[in-house]
Amino acid sequence: MNFSAASRRRPLDLRSMLPVISLFAVLVPMAIVQPNTVSYFGGVMLLNLGIPIVFATLAQLSVITANELDLSIGSFVSLVACIGGTLLQSSPWLGWGALAGCVLVYALVGALIEYRRISSVVVTLGLSFVWNGIAVLLLPAPGGQAPEWLASLMSFHMPVVPAPLVWTAAIALCTHLFFMRSALGVSLRGVGGNAGAMHRFGWSIIRSKAVLFGCAGLFGVCSGLTLLGLTTSADANIALRYTLLSVAGVILGGGEFTGGRVSPVGAVLGAITLTLASSFLSFLQVAPEWQIGLQGAILIAVLSLRLVFRLKERRQ
Amino acid sequence: MNQMESVASGESRAGFAVSESVPLIALTRIDVTFGVVRALKQADFAFRTGECVAIAGHNGAGKSTLMSVLSGARRATAGWVEAGDKRFERGYDADTARALGVRCVFQELSLCPNLTIEENMRAVHPQLKGFGWRKRARAIIETQLDAIFPGHRLSGKDLVGALSLSQQQMVEIARCFARVDTPVKLVILDEPTSSLDKYTAEQLLTFVRKSAAEGITTVLITHMLNEMLRCADRVMVMRDGGVIATLPVEGLTKDAIIRAMGQFIEGDVTLRERAAPGATAQDAYRWTVGPRQQTTIDAPRGSIVGFAGLAGQGQTDVLNAIYASARGRHSRDRVAYVAGDRRSDGIFPDWTIAQNFDIRSLYDRTRGSWLKAASLRELFDTWARRLDIRGAAAGANILSLSGGNQQKVLFGRALASDADLILMDDPMRGVDIGTKLEIYRLLQDEAARGRTFIWYTTENDELFYCDKTYVFRSGRVTRELSASECTEEALLAASFEEPVR
Repeated sequence: MNFSAASRRRPLDLRSMLPVISLFAVLVPMAIVQPNTVSYFGGVMLLNLGIPIVFATLAQLSVITANELDLSIGSFVSLVACIGGTLLQSSPWLGWGALAGCVLVYALVGALIEYRRISSVVVTLGLSFVWNGIAVLLLPAPGGQAPEWLASLMSFHMPVVPAPLVWTAAIALCTHLFFMRSALGVSLRGVGGNAGAMHRFGWSIIRSKAVLFGCAGLFGVCSGLTLLGLTTSADANIALRYTLLSVAGVILGGGEFTGGRVSPVGAVLGAITLTLASSFLSFLQVAPEWQIGLQGAILIAVLSLRLVFRLKERRQ
Repeated sequence: MNQMESVASGESRAGFAVSESVPLIALTRIDVTFGVVRALKQADFAFRTGECVAIAGHNGAGKSTLMSVLSGARRATAGWVEAGDKRFERGYDADTARALGVRCVFQELSLCPNLTIEENMRAVHPQLKGFGWRKRARAIIETQLDAIFPGHRLSGKDLVGALSLSQQQMVEIARCFARVDTPVKLVILDEPTSSLDKYTAEQLLTFVRKSAAEGITTVLITHMLNEMLRCADRVMVMRDGGVIATLPVEGLTKDAIIRAMGQFIEGDVTLRERAAPGATAQDAYRWTVGPRQQTTIDAPRGSIVGFAGLAGQGQTDVLNAIYASARGRHSRDRVAYVAGDRRSDGIFPDWTIAQNFDIRSLYDRTRGSWLKAASLRELFDTWARRLDIRGAAAGANILSLSGGNQQKVLFGRALASDADLILMDDPMRGVDIGTKLEIYRLLQDEAARGRTFIWYTTENDELFYCDKTYVFRSGRVTRELSASECTEEALLAASFEEPVR
């Protein structure tokens, strides 16, 4: 009757491997079609584009951890880029103050959603128009100028290893440590898993959701600034597609909409996969109007694969 | 097995010097109201150090509400709680309860399924933080699991969502008894054995007696009267939101407890003679299910077939497989299912009581294209009366009912349907003894009318109502017992038999 826990072999978890598998499923054919992909400069070019998407995906991941959904992240990232291109350049103090204010608003919205028990979909959808409106006020026409340091940060070169690869790995590691390993991260995920029980044990659900939305705001700011550093000029509609990309990235990375089941490393891989997938379609000279549809098809294929794995697990 | 039982019953009750004078925690004139419903009326009780108090009472008597005040999950509307020399008006909050050493295993499990066992420790103990908290949490919970359930086969790194219901219950119980910094003084166990099998339930009761001897007070809420008599020092009886009697366990009988609860049974429930279940092949259901189609289940029409064995040995899987084949495209069987894990499989938590009841009627063959509100309402009222569903109106949310009453709604849903075949997955969890007896009677009447029941239960007493019993082990049937062979010993022996491969 006595089995020691250590002697049990854990079966290889196919589902947690899925983000890695899907990344390679895109990367390998891409390297065959365009061998330059795996070179130093190829890596820099492709992964650089992915960094803002990675941050946006992590913002979405923070919100999904709280069993909510953020439909405003795309317009929020655009707003941050606009603030960075205008205020941050002309009067840095005001710029940083505005960005800090945005994060605060995000946290307050999280608290409000829990306090009034409103659907986050409705709130963030409304909020997306607010963000978009402010961005248009700040920058009516595309333009603005990225601060010097930001542009040089994004074009920083490292010997041997492409710098964006190092950034992405560092981001994945830090968020993994925070969400999955740290004591605070565990209690935040606990709120996503069983909010009622956490409340009974004396945790404040409002505070937890505020923290998670605050994290989302922080990641959103990072996303907007890195995007600005890449493009060097801003536009009020520059990142609208990030909303759906970020949701897709989280789900592709093994996260689920409810129950606080998320994986930061998976989400980072998912975001990169999506970035590469769109470049891959360009390499294949697929017309841009077909690309979005094909991206959707890739997503559906991966999600069905996940379902197959889950059924297999259940049968065992 | 016998050795295990003798350890439990032979445990000395007077192991710890129970101080009669100063109570550990005293509840005085506690009132709790939800809107217009008075869940608790002037409830008084004093818990002493190192005793085991069992709480008896039918569903909705206020047991769970009283415990939520004691555990700090809910503030009382009036009254106070005294602990040591401190007095808390209208009770205290969860942090104070934790500091006082009060812990609670709730009926609805309060584990986070997306976290591992060790991470779940942190939900209850926020003081587990800083460098190496994981290691400490794992050491504490694994030690505690070893102490209560030797041979549990769980590791701190296991994801809770991947565990079976009974394993989750074990984790929940162990987490409750685990000591991080403040000593544990009082542990509330709300229906702790409801999803445990007999073997693990036995381990738990043994541990409760042992920890009472070490000075830990245990409050045991259960509908199993023999567990109360085995384990408790005193039995608190609740009815209609008040504590109406406190009975010392010496010389106490089951009948005395039932009488005090206000439920009278006219004699014993006798097994009624039924028309002999159809013996010919076309009158019987037959399924071949399980891993590699190796399990064959035969159920003559109009019979009650029991599934027994330790909890989580594949009984539910077989039930699900039977359900799937009965609902299959070419099947002409009409089937209904009573779920055991009502939280995840049974109820629609956002719906009203009546909606939860009505949903099965969508499958009724006689139903037209439109639902008939009036007849549904009438059907609900009939069954609500028959099963004595009380505590909230038909239009109230299902969660406003107590756990046992929710289960009654699920029962009503299946029995009121047009199904010939009713599958039950340990359906009696949290149902009080009076209702249980009523349901046993209903089952026999319905079986006599030709309905067939497949009944998985973890309570061996219930198998005596079955015409035959399949005993499961590791996903296979190890024994098939007829009604006359179905004794406690035979069941236990078969439960531990390894299936022949």
